[in-house]
Amino acid sequence: MKVEALTGGEAVAEAMRQIDPDVVAAYPITPQTIIMQKFADFHADGLVESELVCVESEHSAMSCCVGAAAAGARTMTATSSAGLALMWEILGVAAGLRLPIVMPIANRALSAPINIHCDHSDAMGCRDQGWIMLFNENGQEAYEAMFLAVKLAERKDVLLPVMVNLDGFITSHGVENITIYDDAKMKEFVGEPAPNKPLLNVDDPVTYGPLQLPDYNIETRYQQVGAMEAAKKAYLEIGKELSQITGKEYGYFEKYQMDDAKAVIVAMNSTAGTAKTVIDKLRLKGKKVGLLKIRLFRPFPYKEVMEALQNAKSVCVLDRAASYGANAPLYGEIKNALYDLKKKPALSSCVYGLGGRPIFESEIEEVFTKLLKKDLEETSFIGVRK
Amino acid sequence: MNIKELAINLEKNKKLASGHRSCSGCGFPQIVRAVLASTDKPVITSCATGCLEVTTTIYPFNSWNIPFIHSAFENAAATIAGVESAYNALKRKGKLDKEIKFVAFGGDGGTYDIGLQSLSGMLERGHDVLYVCYDNGAYMNTGIQRSSATPFGASTTTAPAGKVHQGKEEFRKDLVKICAAHNIPYVAQASVSNLIDLTNKAQKAFSIKGPKVIVVLQPCTLGWSYPMEKTIEIAKLAVETKFWPLYEVEYGKYKLNYKPAKEVPVLDFIKTQGRFKHLLKPENQHIVDAIQNNVNSEWEKLLKMCEE
Repeated sequence: MKVEALTGGEAVAEAMRQIDPDVVAAYPITPQTIIMQKFADFHADGLVESELVCVESEHSAMSCCVGAAAAGARTMTATSSAGLALMWEILGVAAGLRLPIVMPIANRALSAPINIHCDHSDAMGCRDQGWIMLFNENGQEAYEAMFLAVKLAERKDVLLPVMVNLDGFITSHGVENITIYDDAKMKEFVGEPAPNKPLLNVDDPVTYGPLQLPDYNIETRYQQVGAMEAAKKAYLEIGKELSQITGKEYGYFEKYQMDDAKAVIVAMNSTAGTAKTVIDKLRLKGKKVGLLKIRLFRPFPYKEVMEALQNAKSVCVLDRAASYGANAPLYGEIKNALYDLKKKPALSSCVYGLGGRPIFESEIEEVFTKLLKKDLEETSFIGVRK
Repeated sequence: MNIKELAINLEKNKKLASGHRSCSGCGFPQIVRAVLASTDKPVITSCATGCLEVTTTIYPFNSWNIPFIHSAFENAAATIAGVESAYNALKRKGKLDKEIKFVAFGGDGGTYDIGLQSLSGMLERGHDVLYVCYDNGAYMNTGIQRSSATPFGASTTTAPAGKVHQGKEEFRKDLVKICAAHNIPYVAQASVSNLIDLTNKAQKAFSIKGPKVIVVLQPCTLGWSYPMEKTIEIAKLAVETKFWPLYEVEYGKYKLNYKPAKEVPVLDFIKTQGRFKHLLKPENQHIVDAIQNNVNSEWEKLLKMCEE
């Protein structure tokens, strides 16, 4: 175990070095590049045995990953924003063919207008493509999530691809002290891949991706839904195994000062860190405020979220993505989760930080202040010039 | 190889089984079987969305006796590149010792148009893959829409012959030369009417390490509009009229594989097909002339490149 000053992107690349996937196929896009450039250094120095395929687009990156994973290789790529959007079609293929591909995403705004900075519109744009989606507050979490992701994706009762989300620039380029666990320990944790019906087993030929007409298609989709259910359970089990190495907890979400919290913010990724700082300050003033930081977004832990929020008086969901003409993505999920609750908290939605607009402690404090007074509008934007 | 040896070889090497649902008179089963019978090594194949894929893998039925993957329309090349990369990685890690060959199949829509970038990337990166395009000159699977492989003057559902427009108004893209411009080891043009030539080309391709492309002419009974028993005859006419020359480019060197013994006007090819029937009207003679002029000039260029 060692502690190094690394960017979040480099930390993810460190995890990739330790996992040493069989095939990595990727295409450059800001701010993901910090991951793949570091990994390419490892490849150039012979620190990984991976086949590194520098493809000509993200569409081909995901297509190449589909071929490699179906062939029986442990497979990874990484992307952001437009790259993820270009992959969209093949994301569904990867999930539908039940291929355990792992993909870190340095979250970045979608065009137009073009913008290279952080928001979650890229990930939210593909939230129904059948991928397991993990969100991470900082580089350390993203680093650790990579190992969990590999094991979760490859579990025989899961066999689904996994996205490991971290905030573009804020986390991908922000330097932190990162604890890197021993190579041998992490390699042992992920273990050797045991591919399911690989194409490369030429003695037992299989067909991937046949035409499925109305007489069979819905059964395949039903199984995919079942695999997501299995993933929800497997996530906790694998998290427990990982915590034996790291000593940390891997829940569906992190509850911060939630035991007696009356006013609660729900958020994902780096903004959770800012919210914690604000909570610490407000707690010193005796304010009963707390944070629910969602880590597992797909499959979404509805029942557990409901239980976690049942004693709150007022809740505000912070979304770093808008949904045009509908509830913001995370807000919609939280609202769903609270439906069965008899005594529902006052619920509100704040969209913030689009295109990398910074979110300040003062703004989060204002949300808490309003939550405590219960005078938040149902939906609002933070810091927008109207 | 003579025709008898070819027949024996095809019969014992049925990597694509009978019972699939391609149209009567469709030639791609012959193309696929001839290509896949051209190696003794195990083969893994990827296929673009299209007629070949939809008629051979209707779940739960399946005609493929070899490992097969279909991902999407535009990515057969990137997909097989992934399979080949996995093979390289696992071989290097000592987890695999067999020698395996990799083949991708795509129609002209999936190759000339939507899959061109994916193909170009695969070729440039040097994957050890044979890519075979069965070219029927339009999007036949979706209902005969115009592609960049559709010949000048042909009527399709998106560029139909009407009162003002007379079918496609542009000449075909030259895929063989585009592929050859990637400076890959082997590119060839073949026709379903000459399976010995196709087999020779596929055997040569399998013997070379690196990316290879074969573009095979594949008449479509439905899209070209002709009686189903005429497929081979029409493909042969395409070769005899020099509309579809048989040639290859090996390490940059062009070689003509067949020189028609006598001059046959392109009209003999055109008049066999319903897609060209509007060209037979006297007022459209200039379009036939334009096609003949194009065939002549392309043939002359090719002869020069082949140093014939």
